Amino acid sequence: MIPPSFDYVAPKTLSEAVAALGGNENAKILAGGQSLIPLMRFRLASPALLVDLNRVEGLSHIEEKEGWLKIGAMTREADVERSSLIHNKYPLLADTVKVISDPIVRNLGTVGGNLANADPGNDHPATMLAYGAEVVAVGPKGERVIPITSFFLGLYESALSRDEILTEVRIPVPRPRSGGAYLKVERKVGDFATAAVAVQVELDDQGNFASVGIGLTNVGLTAIKATTAEDFLKGKPPSEENFREAAKLAADAAQPVADVRGSEEYKRSLVRTLTVRALRRAVQRAKGG
Amino acid sequence: MSRHNIQVTINGKPYQAEVEARLLLVHFLRENLNLTGTHIGCDTTSCGACTVLFNGKAVKSCTVFAVQADGAEIRTVEGLATNGKLHPIQEGFHEMHGLQCGYCTPGMMMSALALLEQNPHPTEDEIRHGISGNLCRCTGYVNIVKAIQYAAEKMANVKKEVAD
Repeated sequence: MIPPSFDYVAPKTLSEAVAALGGNENAKILAGGQSLIPLMRFRLASPALLVDLNRVEGLSHIEEKEGWLKIGAMTREADVERSSLIHNKYPLLADTVKVISDPIVRNLGTVGGNLANADPGNDHPATMLAYGAEVVAVGPKGERVIPITSFFLGLYESALSRDEILTEVRIPVPRPRSGGAYLKVERKVGDFATAAVAVQVELDDQGNFASVGIGLTNVGLTAIKATTAEDFLKGKPPSEENFREAAKLAADAAQPVADVRGSEEYKRSLVRTLTVRALRRAVQRAKGG
Repeated sequence: MSRHNIQVTINGKPYQAEVEARLLLVHFLRENLNLTGTHIGCDTTSCGACTVLFNGKAVKSCTVFAVQADGAEIRTVEGLATNGKLHPIQEGFHEMHGLQCGYCTPGMMMSALALLEQNPHPTEDEIRHGISGNLCRCTGYVNIVKAIQYAAEKMANVKKEVAD
């Protein structure tokens, strides 16, 4: 399967990339290409122009700065996976990158592409919802910051306008007594999640929940933030009973549809079970375990 | 439609070509350069049969455009043997019966090469995770894992001999 013809540019700077993108109504950004190229080969996408970001300087970094962990949009999943900073301090993100597609795809796949594609089956969206992240976008009018909670608008639809480029995602640096976990059930390595749950928690000095973020993967048209479950837990002690109640609320927030990966009931049940387990692990990690 | 001049180094040898933007790297290798050791399996970014090393990293060459390889160093299965002598990874697959039909083998070996270059002494678990992007429908992976263990040992010994 050969993709339809297209024009191709590989700018060296972000401003050139923004200009190229703005200059053609049917332009698309090529980041890691691990979702876009298969789509083009199936002829489900036929952009007239590809603006390749792979040669643009300054879009690939992992650094803590001004209270945020800043990850450049073109940072490869494999680089996140190998980062000791992520491994030591961001267990939710470390869990997540390990289960994105397969190791070969992770060598090219990018964090920015995984988010900008706004595929509910991608793993970063739920994780970034749980973290309370922000996304930075650059367009002809300059830079703007979009809270992740208003980034995913629908199936493959994000808050980015056609001429904007996602340049960075920012995660708040976790405070002491924080922990997280990502649990995914997939049929095989490389498949999208049947369901997955991202949890990030912070405990107060009494050991109760100071903050809770819960994101759900592939059980709706977008990744879902399980706000009722989060609110329920706030201020409460991390007991098994509370985990179970929150998990029920998270399963209620899910909107799965039956497909080859399972029935609606099965997926809801997965969300319930995975939420309990992810909360348990997140709390354990928040306590330093 | 746009055409682009690219310069690529493949298995240490420089190549220049004019390619259409939509030409996939795997087609460039197989059809333009006649390097047919790299196989096309699923054509859907799933199976890993077309795995090559792109600047040292394993990638699925069916999911990269040739034009993206401008200036890159590519290694394919044809680059493994030197002077008619099998690479330890090839030797491992031969000795440990790491293949049956052989279709996945070039991609499997290139993934193994990337893994061993990054982690010369992988555990069995690390090997299994390392090749989890490559599908084999014949072997059940048991002998593939043994082949990579064989290669790891052999490569470590060669390194030690060179050091001594």
